[in-house]
Amino acid sequence: MKARAFSYFRAATIDQALDAHARAGEDARFIAGGQSLVPALSLRLQAPRLLIDITHIDELRGVRRDGGYLRIGALTRHCEMLSEPLIAEFAPLLHAAAPFVAHPAIRNRGTFGGSIALADPASEFPAMTLALDAEIEIAGPSGSRRVKADDFFVELFETALQPGELITAIYVPLFKADQRFAFDELARRRGDYALVGCGMLATFTGDRIDDIRISFFSVGNTPMRVKGAELTLIGSSLDAERIAAAQAALEGDLAPPDSDEIPPAMRLHLARVLLGRLLGRLCEGE
Amino acid sequence: MSGFDETLPDDADETVRVRFIVNGRKVACEVAPRETLVDCLRNALELTGTHAGCEMGACGSCLVQLDGRAVHSCLMFAVQADGARIDTIEGLTESGVIADLQAEFHRRNALQCGFCTPGMLVNAHELLSQVAQPSREDIRDALSGNYCRCTGYEAIVDAIEAVAKARSEGGGAS
Repeated sequence: MKARAFSYFRAATIDQALDAHARAGEDARFIAGGQSLVPALSLRLQAPRLLIDITHIDELRGVRRDGGYLRIGALTRHCEMLSEPLIAEFAPLLHAAAPFVAHPAIRNRGTFGGSIALADPASEFPAMTLALDAEIEIAGPSGSRRVKADDFFVELFETALQPGELITAIYVPLFKADQRFAFDELARRRGDYALVGCGMLATFTGDRIDDIRISFFSVGNTPMRVKGAELTLIGSSLDAERIAAAQAALEGDLAPPDSDEIPPAMRLHLARVLLGRLLGRLCEGE
Repeated sequence: MSGFDETLPDDADETVRVRFIVNGRKVACEVAPRETLVDCLRNALELTGTHAGCEMGACGSCLVQLDGRAVHSCLMFAVQADGARIDTIEGLTESGVIADLQAEFHRRNALQCGFCTPGMLVNAHELLSQVAQPSREDIRDALSGNYCRCTGYEAIVDAIEAVAKARSEGGGAS
């Protein structure tokens, strides 16, 4: 199918983009990489009157250190998550997740900010912002604000973004020497949506876990932290017994929805398997 | 889903003038904002080597190079490409940069109906320009977004692997 007719405006600045949206009302959409929005338009799942192209706004570009954070501009493309040295050094969990995001040609267009704004519960990056305790910087008609990833993902495809607001950057706390991370997902074929996926970031003193954040995707309506499992691990070292306890805790953390393809019990089982593998890798100090 | 739009906005039927460099030539054309790049290439510019398959980014038959990187031309509107450099399968063929890949696809029967072939070649070209010696696993991974409904994947992977070897063993293949 073809998209319904719309008008197109290419914004040069954030203010121009916000202003265009304010004038058009709720019938406008921002477009960046468009790798999810264009198919939605082509299938007429969405039919805005106005598309505001934000890809030429320089303020939304670039990756740089900013205090204790890495500031990742919203327009950073998925392929740059693989090629940008600052990402590999200071946000290695994102670097590890990037090859799993869709296919190479999609990664050449899709943007980090767009992935977070869409908040697909089966996507890698939204879940990783939870594991990283990242903050999302938002520009809107009433100014700029920062929202913790923990408060950003509200419901299925629903976020803290209000109509007319725009993600400008994502702030990720810099990776430290006493931290370890792990990421993996289970999918039938590479590039397919994961049956279950998981990423984690832990802070160690010797072998003891001082803090750990574990986030799953493809397990419910939003990306999800598993706080019960996290609590069983904090303050302990990673032995087989403790890993088993964390796996058991998932039953209280996750309630996968019933789907035609995968029964909830199977998804929960796969989540346990994946958690066990990743904790095993943390243990080895990967 | 209704096939009739009762609420078309007044100004949305207007066309926009876009300019880009297609296969090394400056091109300008009038497009409606809702026209995808693949439709513009095929209909306005009559470059029909780029194929429109699923039109939702799943099959890979519409891949072109946008500013040197492989992208789905069904996943962007032509207006978004204003000012960009686009290379289609026709341009890559003319310039000879994929001649060895094409010869190897031909030699190994890495195509049957050929519908997926332009996308496969654009993707293979991108892979080999980034990774000199990809493993078969790398090649399969890179092609994961390209469907071949004739299911000729084995020969396609063979052909790309052979060209990678030949290129790294000194200059051209075949």
